[in-house]
Amino acid sequence: MLFAFGNLPLRSADHFSKGVLMMNFQGMILTLQKFWADQGCINAQPYDTEKGAGTMNPMTYLRSLGPEPWKVAYVEPSRRPSDGRYGENPNRLYQHHQFQVIIKPSPDNIQELYLESLKALGVDPLIHDIRFVEDNWENPTLGCAGLGWEVWLDGMEITQFTYFQQVGGLETNPVAVEITYGMERLASYIQDKENVFDLEYVEGMTYGDVYRQAEYEHSKYTFELSDVKMLFTLFNMYEQEAARAANENLVFPAYDYVLKCSHTFNLLDARGAISVTERTGYITRVRNLARKVAAAYVEEREKLGFPLIKKGGEA
Amino acid sequence: MAKDLLLEIGLEEVPARFLRAAMNQLREKTEKWLDASRLGYEQVEAYATPRRLAVLARGVAEKQSDVSEEVKGPSRKIAQDANGEWTKAALGFARSQGVEASDFTFREVGGVEYIYATKSLNGQEASALLPEGLKNIISSLTFPKNMRWGAYDFKFVRPIRWMVSLFGGDVVPFEITDVTTGRVTRGHRFLGGEASIAQAGDYVEALRAQHVLVDVEERQTLILNQIRELAEAKNWNIAIKDDLLEEVLFLVETPTALFGTFEESFLNIPQDVLITSMREHQRYFPVLDAEGKLLPFFVTVRNGDDRSLDFIAKGNEKVLRARLSDAKFFYEEDQKLQIKDALSKLENVVFHEELGSTGDKVRRIRQTADRIASLLGVNAETAQDIGRTADICKFDLVTQMVYEFPELQGVMGEDYARKAGEKEAVARAVFEHYQPRFAGESVPASIVGSVVSLADKTDAIVGFFGIGIVPTGSQDPYALRRQAAGIVQILLDHDLDLTLDQLFELSLSVHEQAGNLKRSADEVRKDLESFFELRVKKLLSETLRYDVVDAVIAAGAGDISAVVTRGKTLMNAVLHVEDFKTTVESFTRTGNLASKADGREVKPELFEGEAERELYRAWELLHGQRAARDYAEEEGYTTAAEAELTALSALKQPITTFFDRVMVMAEDEDVRANRLALLAALDRELKTFADFGKLVWQ
Repeated sequence: MLFAFGNLPLRSADHFSKGVLMMNFQGMILTLQKFWADQGCINAQPYDTEKGAGTMNPMTYLRSLGPEPWKVAYVEPSRRPSDGRYGENPNRLYQHHQFQVIIKPSPDNIQELYLESLKALGVDPLIHDIRFVEDNWENPTLGCAGLGWEVWLDGMEITQFTYFQQVGGLETNPVAVEITYGMERLASYIQDKENVFDLEYVEGMTYGDVYRQAEYEHSKYTFELSDVKMLFTLFNMYEQEAARAANENLVFPAYDYVLKCSHTFNLLDARGAISVTERTGYITRVRNLARKVAAAYVEEREKLGFPLIKKGGEA
Repeated sequence: MAKDLLLEIGLEEVPARFLRAAMNQLREKTEKWLDASRLGYEQVEAYATPRRLAVLARGVAEKQSDVSEEVKGPSRKIAQDANGEWTKAALGFARSQGVEASDFTFREVGGVEYIYATKSLNGQEASALLPEGLKNIISSLTFPKNMRWGAYDFKFVRPIRWMVSLFGGDVVPFEITDVTTGRVTRGHRFLGGEASIAQAGDYVEALRAQHVLVDVEERQTLILNQIRELAEAKNWNIAIKDDLLEEVLFLVETPTALFGTFEESFLNIPQDVLITSMREHQRYFPVLDAEGKLLPFFVTVRNGDDRSLDFIAKGNEKVLRARLSDAKFFYEEDQKLQIKDALSKLENVVFHEELGSTGDKVRRIRQTADRIASLLGVNAETAQDIGRTADICKFDLVTQMVYEFPELQGVMGEDYARKAGEKEAVARAVFEHYQPRFAGESVPASIVGSVVSLADKTDAIVGFFGIGIVPTGSQDPYALRRQAAGIVQILLDHDLDLTLDQLFELSLSVHEQAGNLKRSADEVRKDLESFFELRVKKLLSETLRYDVVDAVIAAGAGDISAVVTRGKTLMNAVLHVEDFKTTVESFTRTGNLASKADGREVKPELFEGEAERELYRAWELLHGQRAARDYAEEEGYTTAAEAELTALSALKQPITTFFDRVMVMAEDEDVRANRLALLAALDRELKTFADFGKLVWQ
């Protein structure tokens, strides 16, 4: 498996001998895409609306609902405005990348597949300490909850591994499993770098070369410049539009506006514009919309006769 | 003949915190099932690792024991006709039970004769019972959290991936979801492989060969030895906290302890922060020197063997460095925050929807604490410190460090308060007011900390009770039981001259003013009393017999130190005072008759004989003394309770004489009622000490 990627640049012989193939950021993404494509996953593209996590991509949020089988893998640029640090903190970012895998129903050998994917990235489990540590995941804004683990590689959390039990307030059946690799963390381990901006993106190009300016500007905008009044207005407009579209059962447009609400809320929150007391209220507003969209999605799929059941031959 | 029975449930990693309870449950349920199935066995062992729960029953009988069973049939009247011939009903019953009618016996039940059939049941083969029995054991296991997976309609703690079930050398066949039992187990994820188990009894060794130590005790001993060896080699003092050891124990199948280091510059951060970060985030054991000072090392236990430990240490060090850098950043940032700004932020932190913000709560704590201080009559300086502590006791809740590590509340408050120039007594009390934080922790050492702690806890309990949130069963989301136990402990350990009723009244009036009470104060009071009674009872039961506890609590639990000394005194009397049993009998007899009294006053002029006059004088003397509460001043008694019980015991003689000489239930109604009134007056005195009738004599 290791040598299947022999064309990728090997930087440190010492590092390699310790059981980690020195792979650049792009190489890691390509490797995971290939690995999960080989498992029958669609290689989808990132969704074009701002979001805080790969889970919020409709390829996960909506598709994990209902009885239809589904297999997808994609990279998701994930924005967390309050984590912005002006490009100065070695570990925290306004935007990081998640590599997301969703398979429904969850296959019986999913843990083994995951560990194989780590081997494909050059991580030899025999000389590392890999553990599955309980972590029950929840996203109250989207009404999602799941049980699973964070995966530790020598003490570092590199992956969130979750069996969805509830999405959009609806029980999942069958159950989808979600694997979320934290790409920057995994890369900093694989490349043995202390600072995320020193990661090699491709040969001759660092992560900092690609993202540092955006990190700085987004942080400055988020914390110092954003127009709070405009953001509140936008939140209300997005909310109304989401509700209007959802009332017409136009699931995907409605959901886009839910995502916009969520991101706007995150910007306001990062700016300190929402008090702790009000916070719960805003989260409830977004969650109510998200639930409505989730229910509408299942309805619409049902009207279509859950077409993917026939195609996949299983449910 | 007997065989060993093995059941192994192979799972995806089960949360460490569930495993020990699940393992015990599996053993108990297996024993219970074997007993109920009349299958003898020698012993049952249970095993658990992150990926498996297993049970091995040694020497299980291959066949159930034979038994005979009696089944009740129709009454004789229905079963036999006038000639004594069996009726159709009787014959039908015989058929249904598979016996001959001639074998019926008769037995009387409630004055009616019935026929009985005696059936002998031949024991079944164990192998016929095991598949369903074991399957039911598995599905009856309960966990704090269950999940679904795949497309299966089955809930369990984590997905079941394989099952091994052997009776001797034979597979016990059954299936759950799509998993069928077999003899193939799976070893350590990376070091081991699959292994086929020939005989149930080979289980432990078969897995050892696959690098899995299934025995929990063995694994724990190994971990402790490895840590001890490290400590000895390095001359370290490695702090092993039981709950962390327990978690680590259930995170590994092959444990190997290793150590790493961190930069000494991090040691400038308070030790508690570093230790919490290492423990909570990383599950590391902190390393101390002989004086208990933190050293820049940590110990972790990997799930694997000893290859490339240096590499793993390096990885862990990198993670810890990032963690500690965050902690350092928070620590420095927090110190830029002024206490008064932090306090104004508390206005936006919701304490509870119906009880207002944390800012509101702080104001209530201040009011309550001030009133407690004045009840206790503390001096002006202490009163001032109490006021200041009450005002600032929650300010650290809005610091970044406490946001990151909620368990450091109070710890950071103390540190930041001291750095901000607060008085030492105040800074210390900011920490102390959370004490006792867990069962077994000591109460605040200072009076300032104690008073604010009482105010904080009372405010919470009375507030939640006032809006109808009262702990029931396992439901106690605001840890009100722990807080109540804390209040009781503080009152007791500091021997404060303060009753629970006083605390309730203070806090009730503060909540009432704030408009928080959603129920009547009387209802709340009633709930508070029974709630605290249970806490006091629990506390007393740790050292006293339950009947003694019941007896003294019946006399009121509001004054904690009084009820405790009464309990100790009574216990001592029950065990050591000669003839105390007859004393108590005289009290009980008094109480029994007293219940017949109609509530009128004692009229001395109605007494007819000396015995009743003497008893009356004894009561007068006692009543006078008690009203004056002058027992403690009497010489030779260590506590007021001891003097009091001695005084009560002195009643035995006049009571006995009274019962010997006086006919209580006299013909004359007034005389009778007067005698009962006297007994009732005595009983009231007795019952302010204890309800002696609750004592149990062997």
